[in-house]
Amino acid sequence: MADNPSVEAGLSAFTVTLIIRRFDPETMDEPVWKDYDVELYPTDRVLDALHKIKWEQDGSLTFRRSCAHGICGSDAMRINGRNRLACKTLIKDLDITQPIYVEAIKGLPLEKDLVVDMEPFFASYREIQPFLIADAKPKDGKERIQSVAQREIFDDTTKCILCAACTSSCPVFWTDGQYFGPAAIVNAHRFIFDSRDEAAKVRLDILNDKEGVWRCRTTFNCTEACPRGIQVTQAIAEVKNAILAGKPAIPAGV
Amino acid sequence: MSMEFQDGDVIDGVHYHQYDVVIVGAGGAGMRAAIEAAPKARTAVITKLYPTRSHTGAAQGGMAAALANVEEDSWEWHTFDTVKGGDYLVDQDAAEILAKEAIDAVLDLENMGLPFNRTPEGRIDQRRFGGHTRDHGKAPVRRACYAADRTGHMILQTLFQNCVKLGVEFYNEYYALDLVMTKVKGVDRPSAVVAYELATGEIHVFQAKSIVFATGGFGKIYKTTSNAHTLTGDGVGIVWRKGLPLEDMEFFQFHPTGLAGLGILLTEGARGEGAILRNASGERFMERYAPTIKDLAPRDIVSRCMVQEVAEGRGAGPHKDYVLLDCTHLGAEVLETKLPDITEFARTYLGVDPVYEPVPVMPTAHYAMGGIPTNVKAEVLRDNDTIVPGLYAAGECACVSVHGSNRLGTNSLLDINVFGKRAGNNAVEYAESASFVPLPDDPAKGVRELVERLRTSDGSERIGALRKELQDEMDRNAQVFRTDESLARVTETIHSLRERYQNIGIQDRGRRFNTDLLEAIELGFLLDLAEVVVFSARNRKESRGGHMRDDYPDRDDATYMKHTMAYLTGDPHSADAADHITLDWKPVVVTNYQPMERKY
Repeated sequence: MADNPSVEAGLSAFTVTLIIRRFDPETMDEPVWKDYDVELYPTDRVLDALHKIKWEQDGSLTFRRSCAHGICGSDAMRINGRNRLACKTLIKDLDITQPIYVEAIKGLPLEKDLVVDMEPFFASYREIQPFLIADAKPKDGKERIQSVAQREIFDDTTKCILCAACTSSCPVFWTDGQYFGPAAIVNAHRFIFDSRDEAAKVRLDILNDKEGVWRCRTTFNCTEACPRGIQVTQAIAEVKNAILAGKPAIPAGV
Repeated sequence: MSMEFQDGDVIDGVHYHQYDVVIVGAGGAGMRAAIEAAPKARTAVITKLYPTRSHTGAAQGGMAAALANVEEDSWEWHTFDTVKGGDYLVDQDAAEILAKEAIDAVLDLENMGLPFNRTPEGRIDQRRFGGHTRDHGKAPVRRACYAADRTGHMILQTLFQNCVKLGVEFYNEYYALDLVMTKVKGVDRPSAVVAYELATGEIHVFQAKSIVFATGGFGKIYKTTSNAHTLTGDGVGIVWRKGLPLEDMEFFQFHPTGLAGLGILLTEGARGEGAILRNASGERFMERYAPTIKDLAPRDIVSRCMVQEVAEGRGAGPHKDYVLLDCTHLGAEVLETKLPDITEFARTYLGVDPVYEPVPVMPTAHYAMGGIPTNVKAEVLRDNDTIVPGLYAAGECACVSVHGSNRLGTNSLLDINVFGKRAGNNAVEYAESASFVPLPDDPAKGVRELVERLRTSDGSERIGALRKELQDEMDRNAQVFRTDESLARVTETIHSLRERYQNIGIQDRGRRFNTDLLEAIELGFLLDLAEVVVFSARNRKESRGGHMRDDYPDRDDATYMKHTMAYLTGDPHSADAADHITLDWKPVVVTNYQPMERKY
């Protein structure tokens, strides 16, 4: 098959203008917007556009990427003012009568072009103790028993790829660098609602802090930004309810 | 002469570190090793990517283990399937370990928190997968433990979570570029790893007693691949450049169901759940080729059949150049709950909804069966028998060989866990009794020169263009079907690309986050490895597993039931690969299973 689904469908390429916020820490004081014209097909991804620029026009354009199909979480960026993964955003889904604006995600220190320092993001993640805490081992030396229904209630939050699209779309996170942010809460949810975990109380206490879930103002930016379709705001609401109830609502076992 | 330093010293701009165990790579194998090593020995993990970006996360369908949770199964059947699936080039002692230790490997992960799908009894659920059968080939068996179609994602997350729990020390976005060898009593001994810190451009030397390579594969030698952009074979390339051998490099797996034209993976688990491959006329063509297990034949066979259907004019689409994966009879619920990610991939990237229409698919370069030779303790070999003390490899970069000439689906997530764990444990055990091998003078010299030469390179050749030519040529002439003629053509192309590579120019002159430089280095590894793949492939004049020669269509056990061992023995830039690559053979370990004709 042709390299490209557009070619297969008989669609032709057209010129798209990308305006990218560039920043080189070694030579610049402030970022500048720079535009590039690229020949693209409707089914190309924004990541393809960035690669075309890097490989054919300006090798210094800097961004992270790896899997290129929305599973590794490397290439979250702000595209036309919305947080998205560049590899999951197709040109045909953007308004191409206008230039496409691309910049780094907000709220994390800018390192170079589209690359930010992810360490503060991962620091929040580590704080919620993102690992199963369970002393009781199954007596038969096999797996812990978990019913299909128990597995189902935290299914959504296991999809998180830690891309930071949600956290860096949150207005509270932008203005308050101390706030855990939606991704950390999503990952806390994943364990709080896991029937095998024994430390829900510890995590709920951590999130009951002044920089915890109560800072969330339910703007739904995070849910809209999530490239995995996780109902982030709902997960945060479920954590809030669990704090108020003193424990998570988990279905009975098998 | 050797140099002295304290951990944390900066000497002439180079950072020096000292650890008992250094693990290179933070995918499944690297992190599984770290979970064993970190609690017992001072351990560092050096990784080009943030750990959660590793390509283990892209694996979808499952991890094989004969738990027998849903039907009768045994590790012996699993061993047999692995040996037969690998077309009898599998070392059978290693396959037995893989299948036996699979059960604990899955239970370990569950105990660490992995949210497997569950049976109605609350046990780990299991699904069918290609080549995994009941009682030596009688029928497909449910052996793959899974978490929807994001099993690799859940493994990667669970291992990372447990590394966080243990406080494993990661050096994120540090690009390992050299393995330092020190001559001790006339023998080259590994003493350190040298890495380039992407954020700053600074060079770090990590002296270690034990070094574990877990750097993944090199699918980016091909254009159509399920592999990430970052899978450029750096670790395998480093070892090669040190003069250590690479095993079975001609065997590359082409996964049958890549999204046509794009190569994005659609799990074999789809066929495990009942999806069917059809040609243009809607025929279930696998019935003709593998009457017993049909669409669940191993990947090498299915990929060949697909290419053959297209070659004989039965391809679908306006150009008759792909086949169709039909999931429409599975129903929306199965797709949304058991195969949600691939359903979304088809919708997003091809605009095809698998609930209502069949999905265009063609084989995609997926997995290197070959790599750094190791024994079952994950110790790296310098020849057929001799280990390199203190050096380990695990995962796709290694060749144990549990996969032989064709890996079964779900055996790689298993491999990284079983042999990652073994590498971690054995690295610790070695470090407990060994002392540091002294560093040579200026251990960072090679990396400093490489980095500076490329960072200031101003030749006329562009990285993107050379890489594209390599990938296009490998797809054209070294893919599912090969001939001496096609391989000769790739050999010439690679030679000319290697010459042109000497004249590249990059545009980013900076030190911080210089990904232009990074890609230039990666291309060097890709060119080296592609040459070994093609050179090894030309030498194997038979068809076996993932290596299908049109000019030698039969398996030839008398001559070729043995592993290829390739060595770099001359100037790597000499024009003729035969001037610098020497091939040798290594016997296959046969225990219980004599080779038979491979029918499914």
